[in-house]
Amino acid sequence: MATLANIPMNIIELHNLTYSWPKQRQLSINIKHFSLQQGQKLFIKGRSGSGKSTLLNLLTGIIPANPGSSIKVLGQQLSELSSASRDKFRADHIGYIFQQFNLIPYLSVIENVLLPCRFSSRRADSIKTDSRLQARKLLTNLKLSEKDIYTPVTSLSIGQQQRVAAARALIGSPELIIADESSSALDHDNRNAFIELLMQECHNSGATLIFVSHDPSLESLFDRSVQLQEINLQGIIR
Amino acid sequence: MKTIALLTWKSINNRRSSALLTVLTVAISMILLLGVERIRTQAKDSFANTISNTDLIVGARSGEVNLLLYSVFRIGNATNNIDWQSYQQIANQAEVKWSIPISLGDSHRGFRVMGTNTDYFKFYQYGNRQALQFASGQPFAQLFDTVIGADVARQLGYSVGSKIIIAHGISDKSFTRHDNLPFQVIGILAPTGTPVDKTVHLSLAAIEALHSGFKPAGYAANNQQQLQQLNFHPGQITAFMLGLKSKIKTFSVQRRINNYPREPLTAIMPGIALHQLWSMMSIAEQALLAVSGFVVVAGLLGMLSCLLTSLQERRREMAILRAMGARPKHIFALLVAEATLITAAGIIMGVSFLYLLLAALGPFISSRFGINIELAAISTHELKLIATVLLAGMTIGLIPAFRAYRQSLADGMTIRI
Repeated sequence: MATLANIPMNIIELHNLTYSWPKQRQLSINIKHFSLQQGQKLFIKGRSGSGKSTLLNLLTGIIPANPGSSIKVLGQQLSELSSASRDKFRADHIGYIFQQFNLIPYLSVIENVLLPCRFSSRRADSIKTDSRLQARKLLTNLKLSEKDIYTPVTSLSIGQQQRVAAARALIGSPELIIADESSSALDHDNRNAFIELLMQECHNSGATLIFVSHDPSLESLFDRSVQLQEINLQGIIR
Repeated sequence: MKTIALLTWKSINNRRSSALLTVLTVAISMILLLGVERIRTQAKDSFANTISNTDLIVGARSGEVNLLLYSVFRIGNATNNIDWQSYQQIANQAEVKWSIPISLGDSHRGFRVMGTNTDYFKFYQYGNRQALQFASGQPFAQLFDTVIGADVARQLGYSVGSKIIIAHGISDKSFTRHDNLPFQVIGILAPTGTPVDKTVHLSLAAIEALHSGFKPAGYAANNQQQLQQLNFHPGQITAFMLGLKSKIKTFSVQRRINNYPREPLTAIMPGIALHQLWSMMSIAEQALLAVSGFVVVAGLLGMLSCLLTSLQERRREMAILRAMGARPKHIFALLVAEATLITAAGIIMGVSFLYLLLAALGPFISSRFGINIELAAISTHELKLIATVLLAGMTIGLIPAFRAYRQSLADGMTIRI
């Protein structure tokens, strides 16, 4: 995987991806072809109900796609993995940011940030220095003060919580960061600031970023933007 | 594994107050279960220890349990008396090593009075073949001497030398108190934890003397000096106990007594009768055990409802953990671990409380009910009960665990609130 940082390659490749909810004939996802290069910052916009959550669940291997679909993440065909291996794959290579309610309330800020390292030895091992130190460094980069770090997570503001969640996604340098921002709780200025910080950190670690939102005004901040409806030919009866 | 343990601990700690309440529910049900169990076994032991090393108890023909009840436990009354001649004849048989005649029917301030002879102090045994001991004084020698049990002495404040009045009949407010016949306490027995402690012992002659005034052709003289000089011979007794030279003969002697031609008699083996009596009481005992069992079930159901309620609130927590790479089996383990931890904490708390309670209440129970509660270590039987409860707690934890497992499979990383 060391070569990934140098040679541009497709971090995500989708072919004939289809998905339908159990006991439904209608396809909720139907993507003929889609690819995303390493290091790119992709903006996916889509209305509520356009299948954003489903697509993210497919990309992260939470749910398996219909037979015949091809989802390659980092060159790995997800359908070839068992569900346990997909869970491990996700833990190792994907940092995930929920837009809201994203922290475990009974863990401290540092413990929240280090949570992925508990489920992925790869990410724990990729931290060369002391992991707590690394967590603190990321939090500082994301403009959280020393005082914030020792505040109970439930007492942090939504913006601060989101930055903790970003640090958690970035810890251990996963190749892919997915931010599920499908309905934002932040005001416009804060959101832009957050996205810029996030992009900066992704750039630092060489991670690819997928940002999902319904707000088209954010589009300009990204390298690339797709409308989910454009690539997803929905409503086709099989 | 370490992660699950840490997350379980932190999560429970976060919901401290409700978790503590659940732990308390389990603890209380545990106290009840083990407490009932302990009192039950100790009561059974106490009960079986009431009489020891007596081969046969003989009374007028009646049920075995009835005979045991009035002769050993001083509960209820004899249906009939035994002629002194019959007693003499049976007691003098070659197989008989010793015999104790007893005569019941009187009371002293709520305690039963029993007429017997000095062989009683020599041969009567309780517990693990322990003979009666004198705390102070000695066996009766004179007509108006009396030996009292430990409880009688303690509750009525008697000591050696106290004068007491014996009433005819067993009611405390007997109309026919033998006011003019005062007895003197000559001996006090050491505590036994058996009905002996609640008994006032007289000589058989004294019992006869008590009743002489009531016989149709009785002695008119109720003056103590006069009575002292008369020689009383018991005409009848209520029952007698036999010790045999050889245990093997027990059945043949019993059969012979049951077929005694001169009057209808019943001979019982105390061990068997005790067992019969206990199995009669075992219905109540089992009902009690069932009730405490249900309390445990209620406690665990309380935990279940607590876990299921928390599950709804924790849905997003599960989704976050899933996104961090937790597998559904981790989510499953998280909830089973939580149920196990709560049950285990409840058990530990319950057992500690139980020991504190026993230490505090033991002396009271012992003095009040004659049941000696020892602060014994946890028995294997109790360990089995504890293990069963723990296992039940874990099993109950499977229900929310399975639900969370299915939820986390269905929800994936979609946060539902």
